[in-house]
Amino acid sequence: MKAIAWHGKHDVRVDTVDDPEILNPRDAIIKVTSTAICGSDLHLYDGYIPTMQKGDILGHEFMGEVVEVGPKSTLKTGQRVVVPFTIACGQCYHCSKQQFSGCDNSLPADNQDIARELYGHPMTGLFGFSHMAGGYAGGQAEYVRVPFSDVGPFVIPDDSIEDEKVLFMTDILPTGWMAAENAMIEPGDTVAVWGCGPVGLFAVQAAFLMGAERVIAIDHFPKRLELARKFGAEAINFEETKTYEALMEMTGGIGPDACIDCVGLEAHGAFADNILDQIKASTFLGTDRAHVIRQAIIACRKGGRISMPGVYGGFVDKFPLGALMQKGLTLKTGQTHVQRYLPALYAAIVEGKVDTTFLISHRAPLDRGPDAYKMFHDYQDEATKIVLKPGLAMAA
Amino acid sequence: MAETDTAVRPHDDAPVTTSKTARPDRDLFAETTTIRKPAQELYDFWRNLPNLAQFMDNIDSIEKIDDRRSHWRVRAPMDKIVEWDAVITEDVPGKSLSWQSEDGADVPNSGKVEFKDAGARGTIVRAVIAYESPMGVVGKIVAKIFQREPRIQARRDLRRFKQLMETGEIATASRTKAMLAEEQKA
Repeated sequence: MKAIAWHGKHDVRVDTVDDPEILNPRDAIIKVTSTAICGSDLHLYDGYIPTMQKGDILGHEFMGEVVEVGPKSTLKTGQRVVVPFTIACGQCYHCSKQQFSGCDNSLPADNQDIARELYGHPMTGLFGFSHMAGGYAGGQAEYVRVPFSDVGPFVIPDDSIEDEKVLFMTDILPTGWMAAENAMIEPGDTVAVWGCGPVGLFAVQAAFLMGAERVIAIDHFPKRLELARKFGAEAINFEETKTYEALMEMTGGIGPDACIDCVGLEAHGAFADNILDQIKASTFLGTDRAHVIRQAIIACRKGGRISMPGVYGGFVDKFPLGALMQKGLTLKTGQTHVQRYLPALYAAIVEGKVDTTFLISHRAPLDRGPDAYKMFHDYQDEATKIVLKPGLAMAA
Repeated sequence: MAETDTAVRPHDDAPVTTSKTARPDRDLFAETTTIRKPAQELYDFWRNLPNLAQFMDNIDSIEKIDDRRSHWRVRAPMDKIVEWDAVITEDVPGKSLSWQSEDGADVPNSGKVEFKDAGARGTIVRAVIAYESPMGVVGKIVAKIFQREPRIQARRDLRRFKQLMETGEIATASRTKAMLAEEQKA
C-alpha cells in the first residue's frame, strides 16, 4: 500500500510498504477513505517531537471502511467508522473512568519507559505520533491496523452523512469541545481563545454552546480570525495589537473569566520569550515555545480558569507559577478523551449545532501528501485544513 | 526477605526496596502494578508457571519439574542463555508466591510476587526480586545496554501481564505478522 512516511525534518515521502494485517484478536483493518493533516502533525514535520524514526507512517485523523476484523472485534466488514486518535483498551482503570487518553494498556510495554522517565507515567498509544506514543502506523495511508477496534472506532450509521462532516470527530472536534469543557464556562463568561486553527475554531463554537456571552479569539492569520468572527467571536490580531492591553480594555480591566490555549509548544510571534525558547530548543537546551500559556495566565482574571488543549512535550522556562498561585487560577489540560465525546458530538453534527465542514480549504489525493504538508506548513493563512483522499486519482 | 528496615529508618513506612540507605547483600528491587482483576484469578494464572512465558519476553522456556520445582532458561545479552532450577519456598493461594533458585544457578535469584486486593481498582501485583548479577557491575551495565537488565525486564513483563489479564492481548505497534515476529525475536 501507499503511505505518507516521515523521513526527517521537513521531509515526508510517499512510501510503498506492506499492507497491515490482523495481529491481535480485537484488531480491525480499515481502508482509509479520508484522512486529514493535523496542526500537531506539523510539530512532527518541524522535528519538535522526539522518538520519531525514518519510515514512520504519519496521520492520526482518519476514517474509512472496515475491511477485515479479528475474532474479538465487534465491527463488521463494510461498516463506515471514524477512528479516535487515542488508542484505548476500554478495560483498564482509566478507561473505566472515561479517561481514555490515560489508557494503561495501549502503549506496547517496551515503549512505556520513555514517558515514564519524562512524565512519571506512560500515556496512551497514539496513531502516527512517535515511538514515545507507541510507534503505531498512522492513518495517512491506504490501510490501517486499528487495535481495540471494539472500543475506539465510532460507526457512522447513516450513509448519507458524507466523510467530511464526521472526519474531525477523530481529534480536533472533540479536542475543541473538551477545551471548552475544561474552561468550566459559566453563563455570562468572557472566554479568550488563543489560536484560531481548527481546535481553536471548534473551541469558539463550543464555548458559545456552553453559555459564554463573549468569546475573544487571538491569532495573526487574517483568514483564521475571519472564521472566528463568523462564529461570533471578537478578534485580536496579535501582530497589530498589544494582546494583554486589549484584553484588559475589552473586559473592563477584569480579564477573561477563562483562557484557552489552542496553540501549544510552537507559538508564533517575535516575542522575546519565544525567541529565547526557540534558541534553546534549537541548541537542545530543550524548552517548548510557551508564549501563549504564559500570556493566558497573566491575562486571566483572578480566580479564573485556564484550559490548555495545546500540545506541550517537555519543559518550559519562565513559567508564571507565581501568577497561577497568587491569582488562584485553575488549570485543566490533557490529551483528548476522544471516545467519551463521540456519541454526543455525532448528534450535534447531525442536528446542525456544530459546523464541521467550513474548515477544509484543500483536498488532495494521498500521493500529494508531501506537497500538502509543505503547503499546510508554509501557507497557514490559506491552508486551514487539508484532507487527503486515498481513493482519489492522482491529479495530472 | 525483610519487608521493612525499621532499624535503619524508624520513622518511615516506605518499602525497603525504595530505601536510600539499605545495603542488601544482593541486587534488590520491586516492581508493582495494579490490575483490574480479582487476586485469585491473577494468582491462578501465575501459579501455572509455564503461563509466564506468554508475557515474560526473555523466557526461552519454563519447564515444570514437579509441583514446587521448575527449570528456567532465560535469554541473556549476546545470545547467551542462563539457566536455573527454581523452587517455590512459600505458597499462599490467592495471595503470594515465593521462590528461590537452587544451587548451581547461572544467576542466583530469589523473590516473591504478591497479589493484594485493592477493591474497585482490582489487585496490586508486586514482584520483589533479589539476584546476583553475573560479572557484577559490568554485567549489569552490559545487560542494561541490551535491555535485558532484570529490573527493566521485570517492569516490562508486569506491563504485559497487566495487558494480557485486562485486555486479553499484548499490545503491539507492529503492522504485519513479519514485523511482529521480528519484534518478538529481538
